[in-house]
Amino acid sequence: MSSSTSLTEPTPGGHALELRDVTVRFGSTLAVDAVTTTIPAGAIVGLLGRNGAGKSTLLRTLAAHRRPSDGTVRVAGEDPYEHERLMADLCLVRHDGDFNLDVSVADSIAIAAALRPHWDGATLDRLMERFRLQSNRTKVGALSLGQRAALAVSIGIATRSPVTMFDEPHLGLDAPSRYAFYDELLATYIAMPRTIIVSTHLIDEVASLLEHVLIIDRGALLVHEPADELRTRGLELTGPSAAVDEITGGMAVLSSRTLGPTTSAVVFGEDHGDLQDRAAAAGVEVGPIPLQDLFVAMTSQESVR
Amino acid sequence: MSAGAAFDDRTAIYRQIADRLRDDIARSVLSDDAQVMSTNQYAAFHRINPATVAKAFQELVDDGLLYKRRGVGMFVTPGSGERLRDERRSRFVLDVLGPVLDEAERLAIPVDDILAVIRARSTTAKGRP
Repeated sequence: MSSSTSLTEPTPGGHALELRDVTVRFGSTLAVDAVTTTIPAGAIVGLLGRNGAGKSTLLRTLAAHRRPSDGTVRVAGEDPYEHERLMADLCLVRHDGDFNLDVSVADSIAIAAALRPHWDGATLDRLMERFRLQSNRTKVGALSLGQRAALAVSIGIATRSPVTMFDEPHLGLDAPSRYAFYDELLATYIAMPRTIIVSTHLIDEVASLLEHVLIIDRGALLVHEPADELRTRGLELTGPSAAVDEITGGMAVLSSRTLGPTTSAVVFGEDHGDLQDRAAAAGVEVGPIPLQDLFVAMTSQESVR
Repeated sequence: MSAGAAFDDRTAIYRQIADRLRDDIARSVLSDDAQVMSTNQYAAFHRINPATVAKAFQELVDDGLLYKRRGVGMFVTPGSGERLRDERRSRFVLDVLGPVLDEAERLAIPVDDILAVIRARSTTAKGRP
């Protein structure tokens, strides 16, 4: 076996992405702040962050639409920026689709098909039918925003790109369309595993699809963990204030509310076995919290900007 | 909510899947040598990441409750249902009855009242056709 992989062959498993100190500045604004992490090939990854956290800028950098101000991005071990073959393997779908509005739906699809080496026309046809779209001479600019969003995700899925990224795909899609999107994304992923990144702040809807979760806030990476591990890391402790304070001493307290003599604190950490016993002895209740609440607790601190 | 919403987002999903499979085996919904869904079928049906599902299935294989037939799929190891029921019987007093009796004590419900309820229920159960 040769160790060199052809970028134009279907690549079950997709490409890995390595980020080292990736930083993006716009003037004096730090949009992405020294992000270092590795996204394994073939994983479905959720990129979670509040509005303005830097999700879109980070995705545009990974898609080689722009160069980081500092740091390096490696896709399958190579710098993707202005790397023609590698860029054909990187697909970033933004919710408005980045379409030329004067081009017809049929031609927009034909352009994507011509540019994308792993294009799957049968999948595109199925998605168009599911989203009640027609490939015809209608200009994309004449479509509703919802139709345009559905066309964008349909094309994104049909590219079967080794790295496929969706930036806030929920924008513009109504609930039935979103679930159609999640179903089709998973079905095509099972048929041909590839690296998929979905940015969102609607965690409940996508959480079960994710293998890894990245949380960014103010441009910085707060968390990169397997989704199932992250689910076990958020705990809420409720009880007499002094007892809660004592038990949570030394733990990472993300948020805390006090009402009269009772305090409820959300902590990020692990239950080292004795936590439940210590809490029970002190009259403190311990319960797990959902991923969405953990995300809110981690990213809700007042902005210092 | 997604089909994945059948699983909650507070504990590891692979653990919830493994628990469900154990329940199905203990209740003989999945009997000896029955084939279980493939990880991909399970993932697509419940809208869950296939790697998460695979981890759950692997846990049951490691535990001896499922066995693999290469190229065919996964099946329930004979005797698994009985084994799980045995394990649950041995934990019944501690896990199930314990909390009930603790609560009864807190509420000062006399033991005789509880016994009466249990006897009445078991008579009804015996009387069932």
